[in-house]
Amino acid sequence: MSLEIFAFSFMHRALIAGTSIAILCSVIGLFLVLRRYSLFGDAIAHSSFGGIALGLLAGVYPLWTAYGVSLVSAVIITRIKEKFNISGDASVAVLLSSGIAVGLVIIGLSGGFTIDIFSFLFGSILLVSVNDTILILALTGIILIVVLLLYKQLLYSTFNEEQAKVSGIAVEKINYLIVFMAGITVVTSIQLVGVLLISALFVIPNVTAIMYGKGFKQTAIISISFSIFSVITGILISYVFDITPAGTIVLLSIGLFAGTMAIKSLGLLSKN
Amino acid sequence: MLKIVEIDHLTVKYPDVKALDEVSFSVNKGDFLGIIGPNGAGKSTLFASMLGLNTKYEGSIKFFGQDIRKSKDYLKQIGYVPQKPIFEKNFPATVKDIVHMSLRDESNKNKIDEVLQQLWIHELGNRRIGELSGGQQQRVFIAKALVNDPQILILDEPVTGIDQQSIELFYSILRELNSKQKITIIWSSHDLDAVNQLANHVACLNRTLFFHGVSDEFFENDELVKQYSEASMQEHMHHH
Repeated sequence: MSLEIFAFSFMHRALIAGTSIAILCSVIGLFLVLRRYSLFGDAIAHSSFGGIALGLLAGVYPLWTAYGVSLVSAVIITRIKEKFNISGDASVAVLLSSGIAVGLVIIGLSGGFTIDIFSFLFGSILLVSVNDTILILALTGIILIVVLLLYKQLLYSTFNEEQAKVSGIAVEKINYLIVFMAGITVVTSIQLVGVLLISALFVIPNVTAIMYGKGFKQTAIISISFSIFSVITGILISYVFDITPAGTIVLLSIGLFAGTMAIKSLGLLSKN
Repeated sequence: MLKIVEIDHLTVKYPDVKALDEVSFSVNKGDFLGIIGPNGAGKSTLFASMLGLNTKYEGSIKFFGQDIRKSKDYLKQIGYVPQKPIFEKNFPATVKDIVHMSLRDESNKNKIDEVLQQLWIHELGNRRIGELSGGQQQRVFIAKALVNDPQILILDEPVTGIDQQSIELFYSILRELNSKQKITIIWSSHDLDAVNQLANHVACLNRTLFFHGVSDEFFENDELVKQYSEASMQEHMHHH
């Protein structure tokens, strides 16, 4: 691989934005996976597809409408789960299909804008703009600061809600905060892997890291490392071989997961 | 004696049944209260109400003289050990992580090692919680409940599914916490013999409170013990 690819500014932006998204998805994804909310990212991503279509139709920057729709969806999922005693996976399934359905109807009404929609479905990290990169860095910074400040409350209410409540933690507020941050993370990540593969970034590095890590922080660091490795290597490989970055990144993540499973089944990792 | 818990005419209604009916009792500082009653007697509902997890009740609950509807501050003085803590089996948290979750004062991190040592699980500090046996996990949850030096320890049938040796150890720990550290203990249990050995007060609950007093008074009253045993036997047969 020639080093000249590091000279391109679009590559700098892709690597910076990609690394930032990798960190964000690992951190938020770990809380979601441990709360048995693995498909939440998928549901938000699919509902934001409706938001993207809406933005394209209205002539507004599609990610802004996607942020709006995803945050509303995140709140709806949480409320459905709380108020109507419908299980988490069922409410996720309802929202997942609603978002795609709304998106398809809007695309149909507008007469179609297939090229734009494709970049959101499959990601377009090599096309990320300077402004987008700044936005991604800023959102990552803000969310990481919130996670660090409320680390113990987030961890405790993820571990056991009842005990967290008895300790005086406002668990309902923390639950909303997590889905709110997940909604922002999903839309921010659309540019890297697209709507269809987002949950892979939330879930795969974390289920891999859980097999290695003992404590929570250690697991989070391992997950972030795997995620950054997959994203950077994926972007570089996809550029050199002219293949899609999103697919390459996710396949690398799956490779790390499969490798870990193999190591574990050979008994080389301690049983957890 | 200083009353630190006062429960007055506590009634909890579910759509088709009264889970608790006009339950009134109080707990003095330093008491070791065993709450006994068959399954479905309302023990967990009583604890949920006392801990602020259930707020739909009639009557009043006071801790340290203050109604718990008015302030949640009392929770700082309570260590709670749930029946069987539910958590994801592969949850990536070490024993120290788990105890640290409860620690209120971050400048007092030494306390984590101290309570682990006190419960003889110091060497397990860096192990993952899911790797431990039921008895070890239970001690971790007691350590967690003790890390803030609570005045009151509330335990909800905490020996379910634990081997006999661990149960014996657990009982000796409770005895020591009550007698040496003067921690008030409120403990629900199925095990009449254990309550007889450990508790100095007994509350016998079956939706209503049909006995509350000094434990000798209960255990010396054959009629009460028989009533309780029959009620729990019926419940036992009903469940099998």
